[in-house]
This record gives sequence, structure tokens and C-alpha cells, in this order.
Amino acid sequence: MIEAVGLTKRYGKTLAVNNLSFSVEAGQVTGFLGPNGAGKSTTMRMILGLDNPTSGQVTIGGKKYHELKQPLRTVGALLDAKWVHPNRSARAHLAWMAKSNKLPARRVDEVLEIVGLTGVAGKRAGGFSLGMSQRLGIAAALLGDPEVLLFDEPVNGLDPEGILWIRKFMHRLAEEGRTVFVSSHLLSEMALTATNLIVIGRGELISQSTTTDFVARAAENTVKVRSPQLGLLRDVLVGASATVVEEGPALVVSGMDSDKIGELAAANQVVLHELSPHVGSLEQAFMQITGDSVEYHTEIDGTPAQPLAPTGR
Amino acid sequence: MTLLAVERIKLFTTRSPWWCAALTLIITIGFSALITASTSDASFITVSSAEFGYQFGLAVIMVLAALAVTTEYRFGTIRTTFQAIPHRGAALGAKTTVVALLALVIGLLAGFGSWAMAYLIKPGGDLALNSTDDWVNVAGIGVVYAFAAVIAVAVGILLRHSAGAISLLLIYNLAVESLIQLIPNIGAKIHDWMPFNVAHKFLTGTGGSNGGRGGDSGPPLSTSTLSPAWSLAYFAAFSLVLLGIAIYVAKKRDA
Repeated sequence: MIEAVGLTKRYGKTLAVNNLSFSVEAGQVTGFLGPNGAGKSTTMRMILGLDNPTSGQVTIGGKKYHELKQPLRTVGALLDAKWVHPNRSARAHLAWMAKSNKLPARRVDEVLEIVGLTGVAGKRAGGFSLGMSQRLGIAAALLGDPEVLLFDEPVNGLDPEGILWIRKFMHRLAEEGRTVFVSSHLLSEMALTATNLIVIGRGELISQSTTTDFVARAAENTVKVRSPQLGLLRDVLVGASATVVEEGPALVVSGMDSDKIGELAAANQVVLHELSPHVGSLEQAFMQITGDSVEYHTEIDGTPAQPLAPTGR
Repeated sequence: MTLLAVERIKLFTTRSPWWCAALTLIITIGFSALITASTSDASFITVSSAEFGYQFGLAVIMVLAALAVTTEYRFGTIRTTFQAIPHRGAALGAKTTVVALLALVIGLLAGFGSWAMAYLIKPGGDLALNSTDDWVNVAGIGVVYAFAAVIAVAVGILLRHSAGAISLLLIYNLAVESLIQLIPNIGAKIHDWMPFNVAHKFLTGTGGSNGGRGGDSGPPLSTSTLSPAWSLAYFAAFSLVLLGIAIYVAKKRDA
């Protein structure tokens, strides 16, 4: 259980995190979403006591991080897989961590087994591929068998098998009653992994809800209709206060579900050739909601990126 | 205790301590061989001249010590360390202790090794270890190396940057203290109180280990006005105060 209240972090003139309050519950996977530069990594570092908040506080199970005795037994974290000395072997890296929290030496072999690195345990970590480094980081997070787990972009560099493994693994950890807090950019993966979402942008909280609620609230659920009597249909729908946009030979209707459209069409004797509902994706919801809080815009096709307008295309 | 074991594992599972240890021994013992072999008159060879190379080994030791902490910042493992051990003072103190103990051992090896090398090359020299001054000049190198390592770790913690810390330490050790003497009027007085000059006073005193000749026809003596015992206390205190400042800063700032 992670509880943040009024977290604020200022680096010189930059306000990285601004009055952020949220809570992460046990027994589920909570996703931490936000554009680049939103303050996700800063927040995670503050949870782990690595950065001092300018104001506000964050507690884990009611205690601040530095109040935890042998913290690796309570909180395991993978913030950056590159935080390993390249000349040290994987086993040595885990060995000193285990020693620092008085964890038994066999625990090192156990976690290496779980992540599948037993074969290369004696090799220097500098020679690892990105995927192997990620696995080593995950192994380090699991070392103390902790009840709270923090992952910052864990699927970075994993192959599809690895991504599937980590998704199932996080679900299993959550089912065991642990608190799993994951930050990621891979929205499609997040939709499959996380049950709750905390979305931040420019250091501020944008939303905290379940994944399904988030998608439902933000994304555009539309219905596409095709009909030989398009003009009549459009008038009927607009008359019933739906928003209609023409898209080639079809109409894209928002603000009305497909059942109602079908009934209206039937009542006005309009023949329908296509009536297909389109549920918004997490990506759309994300782009929509964080559109104007993106720190670093890119330009595509020479036009500056714009947040998607709520209606129309 | 556990923290010392943790730092021991960390230090000895990388390659730099081994290389630095080997280099220090080669430099100090090699220097001793060079000096001893190049004088034709055996009476010029004293304990003090055999141990003269310690100053060059000192530079390598400080590089080793600084690297022990700056590589942690460079590779980000300092964050992993503070994650595992939130009490930063204890973690950094343990690291300093382990590095200082290693420096002590290397210093003792270097001191006795240099002496043995001189004895092997010119057995007829005035190399008998029969006074306190002689013993201090040989074994004291270990102690000086230990406290110099503490200074280097402190600088490493403050600067967090390998190249910066090493440059600063080397330039200071090899040039700054001597060059300060060139400042008119106050230069000499400042130099009397500079830490490595004072450490040199601890080791060579008033020239007792130079076959009783004082500073004549032997390596130059220190200009410090403290006695050898107080010199050691001064050097040790300097290093510990610097370490204290460094740990305080490390606790307050972000990891």
C-alpha cells in the first residue's frame, strides 16, 4: 500500500512533480501512465527515498522508506536496469544486495532461477543484452520476497515471450496480495496488465481510476453507419442530438450507442448496410487526456501535433 | 558488520582494487630499487631513502579510493546501495572503512617491500630497523595510506565524478602543496600546515630514519612544526573532518 500526499519536487526552476496525491492498493496491478517528462521516475524515486520531496510525503504501509528495517524485504524495485557495475558478475551484484538486508545466500540462486539467468550468473553484467539486464533488475527486485513492487518500464527490451512472462508474473504477484506499481509507455501492454491506472502529466495528477473507466470516460466510443439513404439518416440523427461526421461513404456518429441508431433508422425506414460500434483504445484515451500536458511535442508531416478534438476528426 | 561485508564484496568483485594494489607495490618497491641501485656509495642508503617512493604510491592509492565511490555514482549503483541501505551515513562509513583497511594493508606491504628491496640490493647500507623513527618510516606508510584513502573517498563523495575527483587529488598531491610555497610571505606558513606535508613529518620526523643525518644528503624533510605524533593526529583529524562533511552532504542531497 503506497500513499502519496501532496508530493512536490522542484529541481531548481523546474517543477517536476506538483502536489501529487494518489494511493496504490494491494492485490492489484496499478499502472502509472504519463507522457515523457511527466514526473513518473521522479515520483518513484521519491517513494524509495532516493530523492527528497520539496514538500509533501509518501509512505509505504504507513512508514517512510528510511523508517523501514531491511527495506528490500518490504519494497522491491526495478527503476533502471543499467544500475549495475559492468565488471561485476550478476551473482555478485545480487550477493551484495542480499547481504545488505541479511537475506540468505540461497535466495540469490532462487531469484536467478525465477528470471532464467542461472546460466549466465557468473558472467560480467556489462556483457548482458538489454533483455538480460532487465531480468537481472527484476531478480534484484524479487530478492527480499517483498510485498510491494515498483517497476519502471519493465518490458523495455524484452522479446514477446519475455513480455508475456512479465505480464503473467505481475498478475501472479498481484494475486498473491502484493502491491504492484508499474510505469510504462506501452499502452497496449498496460491495458492488458493493469487493473487500475494513475495518469499524470506535467507533474500533476490527471486521473486515478480503473483501466476500463479511464478508457470509457476519455476515448471516443463511436458508431460507423453506412446506408443508401445517408442524407436522411444524418438529418434524423442530428435531430436526435447526436454528433455526426461524414467519412467517405459512411457516417461516424458519436454521442449515441448503436442500439439507439438502429431503432431510429428502423423508425424512419432507413436501410442500414453497416452498423459497427467502435470502442476507443487506451492509446486514444491517453492521447486525448494528456494531449495538452505533453512536455515534448514532435512534429509529424510538418504539422505540429495537436490534441485530438473531442468531437469530429 | 554486515555493512562491512557488503562493501568488501563490492570492492573485491571488481577489477580496479587488484590493479591499483599491484601498481602501488610496483611503483614504491620499484622506486626503492631504482634509488638503491643507482647510488654507488652504500652509506647513502638509509631507511628514509628506501621509503622515498611512498609518495608516488600514495597517488595510486588515492585513485583507488576515489574510484571505489565515484564508479558507484557513474554506474548508478549508489542508488541501488541507498535503496538497500537507506542509512546513507552507515553505508558510506562502511565503504570508507573497507577501502581504508585495504589501503593500510597495501601500505604495509609497500613499506616493508621497499625496505626489503633496498636491503637485497645493498645489504651494506644503513638499513637496520633499530629505532622508532625507522619503524615509523616503514610501517607508518600503511597508516598514511589509510587516512589518505579516507580523504580520497570524501572527495569522491563530494564530486561524484571519477575524472574530476582523480584530477583534483592527483594535482593536489603532486603539485599544489609544493607550489603553495612559492607565494611570498604567507606561502611557507600555509605549507607548514598542509595535510600531506604534515603526514610527511609523521613519517620522516626530523630525519632520524636517514641514518642520523637529518635532512642532509637524503630525501627532503617536512617543514611542519608539529611533532611526529601530533602530525599523525592532525592528518587523521583532517581526513575525518573532510569525511564528515562529505557524508553530511550525501545525506542531504538527492541520491
